[in-house]
Amino acid sequence: MSDELLADIARSCFLSNDQFAKLFEVLHTLDYEVIGPTIDQEAIVYDRLTSVHDLPRGWTDIQEPGKYRLEKRDDDALFGYVVGPHSWKQKLFPPVSTLSVADRTDDGWQFTEPEQELPKFAFLGVRACELAALKIQDRVFIGGPYVDPSYQERRSQALIIAVNCTQAASTCFCTSMNTGPRCKAGYDLALTELPDGFVVEVATPEGEIVINALETQIATDEKQRQAEATRQQAVDQITRKLDTTDIRDLLLSNLEHPQWDDVAERCLSCTNCTMVCPTCFCSSVEEVSDLTGDHVERERKWDSCFNVDFSYMNGGLVRNSIRNRYRQWMTHKLATWIDQFGTSGCVGCGRCITWCPVGIDLTQEVAAIREKQT
Amino acid sequence: MNSSCSTTGENANSQSNPWVPNTAVIREITPEVNEVATYHLALADPTAAKAYHFQPGQFNMLYVPGAGESAISMSGNPDSPETLTHTIRVAGNVTRSIAAMKVGDTLGLRGPFGTSWPLDACAGQDVILVAGGIGLPPLRPVIYRLLAERQRYGRLHLLYGARSPDMRLYTEENRLWSEGGLEVKETVDRSNPGWYGNVGVVPLLLERLESFDPAQTILMICGPGLMMRFTARTAIQRGMTAEQIWVSTERNMQCAVGLCGHCLLGPEFICKDGPIFRYDQISPYLKVEGL
Repeated sequence: MSDELLADIARSCFLSNDQFAKLFEVLHTLDYEVIGPTIDQEAIVYDRLTSVHDLPRGWTDIQEPGKYRLEKRDDDALFGYVVGPHSWKQKLFPPVSTLSVADRTDDGWQFTEPEQELPKFAFLGVRACELAALKIQDRVFIGGPYVDPSYQERRSQALIIAVNCTQAASTCFCTSMNTGPRCKAGYDLALTELPDGFVVEVATPEGEIVINALETQIATDEKQRQAEATRQQAVDQITRKLDTTDIRDLLLSNLEHPQWDDVAERCLSCTNCTMVCPTCFCSSVEEVSDLTGDHVERERKWDSCFNVDFSYMNGGLVRNSIRNRYRQWMTHKLATWIDQFGTSGCVGCGRCITWCPVGIDLTQEVAAIREKQT
Repeated sequence: MNSSCSTTGENANSQSNPWVPNTAVIREITPEVNEVATYHLALADPTAAKAYHFQPGQFNMLYVPGAGESAISMSGNPDSPETLTHTIRVAGNVTRSIAAMKVGDTLGLRGPFGTSWPLDACAGQDVILVAGGIGLPPLRPVIYRLLAERQRYGRLHLLYGARSPDMRLYTEENRLWSEGGLEVKETVDRSNPGWYGNVGVVPLLLERLESFDPAQTILMICGPGLMMRFTARTAIQRGMTAEQIWVSTERNMQCAVGLCGHCLLGPEFICKDGPIFRYDQISPYLKVEGL
């Protein structure tokens, strides 16, 4: 939908905390499977939610390079944290999925699409950087000459309930990537959390259906002012910066920069950054056969350009060092992605910085290359 | 990307789901040389068979359930697409499984994928095809097309290098090609008794080519990476520009549709932006070690 159309439909209202609790019931009645933030193994992850009680009420996350901790807040905020290790790609591009099925028959091998249940997701708590990530993965999986049917179907049915950030982590740099922290497009509903409820922006007819099933109030000027002030807190807290000026040419003209050797000394090639990245899409396919060998499924699994055998070809490895693999990841994410999809592959969510076990910060790596160009 | 490529990676023949193969039946197997054979396949579904067409340079993903998929270039006549011809060398699991198959066996096929050789740009031009080893099969569809309309083109050359005389592919057909107006020059890395031809690397054939007009020649190269770079260098030294040179690149292709990331080389997905590239577009990336 164009931004103009969105503006026509967009309207604001206020949802009390009590009514917000009823949102889950409404979504379930509309046959949505609600996926949203919840606490698991000392992290805020995205999982199936049954009620408001599954949300991480009163918790926040503390993030630094190589560090993620949950801490109690001094209030009862439901969305008073930033982003965790999960992203929505887990649901739209699952870590493991079946692509095709082969059966041996009297007429030889027959190939079919796997039968799969198509979940109708309601994503609750999508941040602005994540809206940008969804848009980027849309370009990868459905925007080119070939469409991934499973992604397309899951995506087209998904309801997006965005939540504006009211705070930022030390690892956030969405303002550098122009992706946030304000949710501007790509959602059905967008919420801004206040102590007594939510200011809601309704952007689509699907969002309208959900909100009409709840009792809403007028979002007064005072509420709007409060919402704007809490959103501004997030903007003010962002300190990390990535200078994106001519970044494509900067990186591609420095492919032999000594900084790649420097980062290779620290990088463990563990793949964490690619697993937590909301836009990384590399995968591999494995053959999964039954005992007879007459029924074989092709299973797609997330893979990573940091895995040693990812670039295996003709009995050898193309990227046979950590230096080459880190260079591949970063130049793809920040430079060649622009050639391929017209945007950066980075949304500034900071996950790769937080979840790197040795705290490598790509904004600093870029700065080091920029400072001393070869 | 690559709007100047001869075709974009179209896939008019596959089903709407790019992951699901068609059943293909092996109709005929022609042994070529040691560990290389040509497989003539036909799609089992008559509708799919009728709809199938391909351009020279494009490839299919051949699938042996349990073993996996492998990207194999089409080596047959694009004007007889009812027979899907693939010349395959045993190189890994999948090709070894195919080598164990017999006529009547079935396998999976997705495709065709990728860009094609620039036949449109060849009209009125001299054309030089340079092939090394198993690099000849992906160029054979070009030969069929060139000879089918011989009068459209100037001088036609095939410069072909093989490891040894007994590893030369399509030797029977070579004679027909020569008669049809394609001048074939061959070389081998290692000679053996009875070989009176050239010995040495393929770029030397280009270096020594007498009837050569760099201003109006299209060069297409398919072979090992180093051989392609040296051949291109020789051509440029002899006065050609990188814009007149086309190469077929190779990477580990898994999905063939630009969705898995395995074949990335700089900004290019080799599977859908390639495998055929104009040399000026891809050479900056071919030169970087470990990219």
